[in-house]
Amino acid sequence: MKHESVETNAGLLIILTLAVISVGGLVEIVPLFYIDDTIEEVDGVRPYTPLEQRGRDIFLREGCYACHSQMVRPFRDEMLRYGHYSLAAESQYDHPFQWGSKRTGPDLARVGGKYSNEWQVQHMIDPQSLVPESIMPGYPWLAETPLNYSDIDRRMIALKRVGVPYSLTEEEYEANVEKFGEEHARMFDIRNAEDSLVQQAQTENFDGNPGTITEMDALVAYLQVLGTMVDFSEYDDGHFAEFR
Amino acid sequence: MSQAATTAGAAPAASVATSEQYNYAIIKRFAIAAVLWGVFGMAAGVWIASQLAFPFLNFDIAQITFGRFRPVHTTAVIFGFGGNALFATSYYVVQRTCQTRLWSDSMASFTFYGWNLALVLGVISYTMGITQGREYAEFNWQIDLIILVVWVAYFMVFLMTLLRRNQPHIYVANWFFMSFILATALLHIFNNIEVPVGLFHTQSYPIFSGVQDAMRQWWYGHNAVGFFLTAAFLGMMYYFVPKQAGRPIYSYKLSIIHFWALVFLYMWVGAHHLHWTALPDWVSTLAATFSILLLLPSWGGMINGIMTLSGAWDKLRTDPIMLFLITALAFYGMSTFEGPMMSLKSVNALSHYTDWTVGHVHSGALGWVAMITFGSLYHLMPRLWNVNLYSLKLVYVHFFLATIGIVLYITAMWVAGIGQGLMLRAFDQYGNLAYTFTESVVFLHKPYVVRAIGGGFFLAGMLIMAFNIAMTIRSGIKAEAREAQAASAEARTA
Repeated sequence: MKHESVETNAGLLIILTLAVISVGGLVEIVPLFYIDDTIEEVDGVRPYTPLEQRGRDIFLREGCYACHSQMVRPFRDEMLRYGHYSLAAESQYDHPFQWGSKRTGPDLARVGGKYSNEWQVQHMIDPQSLVPESIMPGYPWLAETPLNYSDIDRRMIALKRVGVPYSLTEEEYEANVEKFGEEHARMFDIRNAEDSLVQQAQTENFDGNPGTITEMDALVAYLQVLGTMVDFSEYDDGHFAEFR
Repeated sequence: MSQAATTAGAAPAASVATSEQYNYAIIKRFAIAAVLWGVFGMAAGVWIASQLAFPFLNFDIAQITFGRFRPVHTTAVIFGFGGNALFATSYYVVQRTCQTRLWSDSMASFTFYGWNLALVLGVISYTMGITQGREYAEFNWQIDLIILVVWVAYFMVFLMTLLRRNQPHIYVANWFFMSFILATALLHIFNNIEVPVGLFHTQSYPIFSGVQDAMRQWWYGHNAVGFFLTAAFLGMMYYFVPKQAGRPIYSYKLSIIHFWALVFLYMWVGAHHLHWTALPDWVSTLAATFSILLLLPSWGGMINGIMTLSGAWDKLRTDPIMLFLITALAFYGMSTFEGPMMSLKSVNALSHYTDWTVGHVHSGALGWVAMITFGSLYHLMPRLWNVNLYSLKLVYVHFFLATIGIVLYITAMWVAGIGQGLMLRAFDQYGNLAYTFTESVVFLHKPYVVRAIGGGFFLAGMLIMAFNIAMTIRSGIKAEAREAQAASAEARTA
């Protein structure tokens, strides 16, 4: 076929272009859903509780991903600085993923439990008060803004639709008890999502202000769970290397 | 009196004929919008660059913090400045090379209002914290739908105009524009499949999670670069470089080969944004391999563009518009060499997550995309209004401000990126980490200041362009009014 026939026929040009641009994506994306090793089998990874999920929404809203990655790479310096490298399994409930592309600030994949709640709250309100050299903006409004959780059930239903195993029926709840334990399964039940959220915020009182549930409560709840779900001491050194 | 009317009348007669033959009104609107978005988007860029150098500039005000304002910058420059410039030039090029009027004035007009409405809504919504949290695809789902409708209309206008062509052949610039329209549609639709929380709720959640979502996003992200910011601007190049040089394209064969190679290879390389992550190694290796291959068609385009000037190199001494176009191609060549190098896993281990990436993006965005656009708009604007450019001297001034700006910007980012990368992986004699993360942040301050200054230079050039264009348009409108007056006077005497 002479190239002239493509140049003189718009339909042919369109069809050929579409064919040519489709190959790369198909070859690289589709197998990720079918190759079992893509996401490792690992204990402990669970969906976010309603409060943590609201914190995650706020993390996205403020554009934190513009400066913070959530992906520890398998290098000696990163593992010393941040901890065990990130597993694919650890972000399996992340809609969307938050691996990031730039570290203007440090990686947050394993920030959970690294600092106290008080530190996190103070750091969000005024980062330079704790790290004078920091160039992070302050987020004082988070501590003052009451968290809107009236739509938490609708958010969880949307997440359920995209594959997060929150439960709406007794059967689904039982399955979650089996998989994640009763305490967590209760948190993942959409039918009493609001109660679970309030309960977690009040018991753990992340922002040190027991009176109101603020956006700070949610964000700190989210930060404190990051990277803590898998207990790496249960696995041999190098166990996860075979999945890379 | 009557003689003056005839000499003045000769030009308008011609311009009336062209404006009937071609739809210039729509191109004028898009071109002006491109300049306005350019000023706004680059100002937003200088603003956020300054915030990184001097964090007090965040002022604890939610709407203008770095995290919310960064997508304002990226959206305004990529889709506002770049997008409007592409609409303007593609509508111009398709009409001129097909020698036919744009199909459906009203549909074309709809693409103008629809596109810019989506952008304005997007920018406002980011400052309010409404975002999908996907880089370069932050528009929430309702705006995504507006964009989809606009894009289908754009495709229709472009295709129908192609079908009405009075030339047997479809000119090479139009292949690139068509591939850009098709690929952007594919990317936009696939990357934005989300489940909304409710019909009137701005929040939605993407259908994929984790590793698959990451792959999808960077397949989108890199091809937004490949098709929106490269293929489409190559379309621009293939018309405006030969036009301004007054010579045919260097090699027809090369344009065929590099077109098909480019559109095929680009779609494979997105995963090089995910080296060393939890993405399986086989994908990342494939992406790195294709990234290296991509150097060939990229340089094919650069060579084809630059060599078009062979035999007319003296134009670089006398024509500042040519200077913009050729420098753009040189930067295109440079950043498409740097890109494959950074996609090597060993280089990427150092460069990724640092400002080296930011510098690389800007050598492409400022050096290639913006400069080819400046050159094309300087060529286009006087022709649309049928006058001479207000000042060629100011084009020179713009060129040097822009070039100094880019050089400051990218060298600062090389220093920042490579410096931080080396600091973070340094060990002391006992095998402990030599630097804390915070120490690397302290190191970044000076490069960040230089970068903001570089951005300031580039913005100053953009402002001078806006002034030059505004004055050109003003003289165009005045000339038009004079001619209309003369014509009516002539009609009365007759």
